[in-house]
Amino acid sequence: MRRLMWPLLGIVGLLVSDLFFNHASFNMSTEFFRVSMLHGHLFGNLIDILIYGSPIMLIALGMTMVIATGGIDLSVGAIVAISGATACLLISHLHNQNSGSGVLIAIAAALAVSLVLGLWNGILVAVFGIQPIVATLILMVAGRGIAELITSGAIITVNSSPFSLLGNGYWLTLPICVFIAVAMFALTAFASRRSALGMLIEAVGGNREASRLAGVRARNLVVLAYVFSGFCSGIAGLIIASGIHGADGNNAGLYSELDAILAVVIGGTALAGGRYFLGGTLVGALLIQTLATTIYSTGVPAETTLLFKAIVVMIVCLIQSPAFRAKVFHLRGRRRSFRESPPPEVPQEPHVGVPA
Amino acid sequence: MSAPELATRPTPFQRVRRPFQRIPAKYVPLLATLSLFLTMFTVGSVHYPNFGTGQVFLNLFVDNEFLLVVAVGMTFVILTGGIDLSVGSVVSLSTLVLAELVQHGWSPFLAFAVVLLIGSTLGFAMGCIIHYFEIQPFIVTLAGLFLARGLCYAITVNSYPITQSTYVSLAEQSINLPGGFYITAGTAVALVAVVIAIYVLHFTRLGRSVYAVGGNQQSALLMGLPVARTKIAVYTISGFCAALGGILLSFYMLSGSGSLAVGMELDAIAAVVIGGTLLSGGTGYVFGSVLGVLVLGVIQTLINFQGTLSSWWTRIVIGLLLFAFILLQRLVFRDPKK
Repeated sequence: MRRLMWPLLGIVGLLVSDLFFNHASFNMSTEFFRVSMLHGHLFGNLIDILIYGSPIMLIALGMTMVIATGGIDLSVGAIVAISGATACLLISHLHNQNSGSGVLIAIAAALAVSLVLGLWNGILVAVFGIQPIVATLILMVAGRGIAELITSGAIITVNSSPFSLLGNGYWLTLPICVFIAVAMFALTAFASRRSALGMLIEAVGGNREASRLAGVRARNLVVLAYVFSGFCSGIAGLIIASGIHGADGNNAGLYSELDAILAVVIGGTALAGGRYFLGGTLVGALLIQTLATTIYSTGVPAETTLLFKAIVVMIVCLIQSPAFRAKVFHLRGRRRSFRESPPPEVPQEPHVGVPA
Repeated sequence: MSAPELATRPTPFQRVRRPFQRIPAKYVPLLATLSLFLTMFTVGSVHYPNFGTGQVFLNLFVDNEFLLVVAVGMTFVILTGGIDLSVGSVVSLSTLVLAELVQHGWSPFLAFAVVLLIGSTLGFAMGCIIHYFEIQPFIVTLAGLFLARGLCYAITVNSYPITQSTYVSLAEQSINLPGGFYITAGTAVALVAVVIAIYVLHFTRLGRSVYAVGGNQQSALLMGLPVARTKIAVYTISGFCAALGGILLSFYMLSGSGSLAVGMELDAIAAVVIGGTLLSGGTGYVFGSVLGVLVLGVIQTLINFQGTLSSWWTRIVIGLLLFAFILLQRLVFRDPKK
């Protein structure tokens, strides 16, 4: 719980700042928090945070598993674009865009494409032994080209009510996409924490060679992590495409790999691999979206969100860096800092690979 | 990160068995890139009547002068085993600051100095954080990417044209070469930057330290090399080169905007990797990055000449080339222990 304290405090801090500073454009300072009921749906800024945060949550969920194995997936933004483009292309070719089965086939095809792309990343990393940053960079570069190839460079718009449900639909007064994101988190938590899977993934992230020698199928687990990340990005791509009723090969999911990595890091999962925290990732993704929504509602140009994200990344990384803490706060006295004085990678070792 | 892949000199036995008997392994990717470039250029010349001219070749430099400078800076960083994702944003920030200052009546040269100072300072700051606080270069420069882009939009979300007469005449200055060919002033600056980079990397202490740190940081430290200074220096150089790239891009576009050069860091990294530099550091040449930029330029030119292929094929082809060259590096620099 302690590691969730800082990100949670961050969210609370942002919301409190909304209370005080965000009333310029509204009559009442509590306007930001007002959640109203309209046609049986909940509306308001807090609901917006959940709606726009759900694709980030999904991408960050897949990214958490990849980072836990000691890798990184830069191609998620490209997969988001490709998945949305595939679904919209197939739906736009339907005779009746409102036919449920046609939309289901399109969604299944988009998810299948995402799985294949994830598999490609996994094979490059685990079988060919290419560094994760480099291996996923290939798809990051080529992916937007592929997405534009699918959409022929245009923005494909669709007018399909079943597909629109994914991003705009409501169920039990709450947006459907929130249920999807939460369900994926719950499933992942259940599958990885109620079985040995999570521990095995942490073992691979801690030391791949050692875990392989101990009998863990490290190669398959790494491939699985990338496939899962591709799948999550695919779902996020569908939600984004459904939300805007169309596919934009150039801009869908732009910078989403950065948001996802940021969410994972804020959640306390170390980029070096090993232990991972699904709850932390969830809170991290919400923090990022709260930040963005706060900035939108203050009337500052939306693009300046990047500036604030930069500051948050740096603060979080500095707080997590043992070297920074040793140098600035002189934590744990001389012994700790003595152990950390030999240059990098050495201090990383002791606290990875120990399952919770 | 896996065991450092050093450019190990093949043992005599390996030398006999290898097909490239006389060619040291470290030159193989470079030669592959060179032959790829020559093949693509020849194919283009055979297929399209006006392709195989000197001016088309020179235009590869003219149209990619900014990318050339950025890739040179990136080469330094990648040689130490790091990565700099912030370059695209720094390029864009530079064009915007230039446009803003020049339109407010500043002398272009003073504006250049300010921009170069901003770029170097950003690079220096990132280098310090990476070295002293031991945070991954990837994440620190990612924050740099956000910071520079965010600063752009904090200044303005609009695009500024540059109309000042001195600036425009500087930008349109062309240098005539014998035979009726020409290059722009910006291209000349880029080529000078390449020459300086080659000199620094191969004939100065800093250059040798860059290779040593990239080969094995621990050993470099034990040998008494100034690891801290070297690592901070490469990020400063990369920041400086990105700012210089921004100046050249503003020559090329005659405008400044926060939405220019999105994804240029990817092109720069691709050029460096296609040029044969190992992403794990220690092996590579500035000349390789120049070849990498030329290969990217030829792809673009071929697609322009072809006429019916759409621009997104460029990205797909670059991705395929990246894949091919990364696989080639795996084969050439295979870890001898495995």
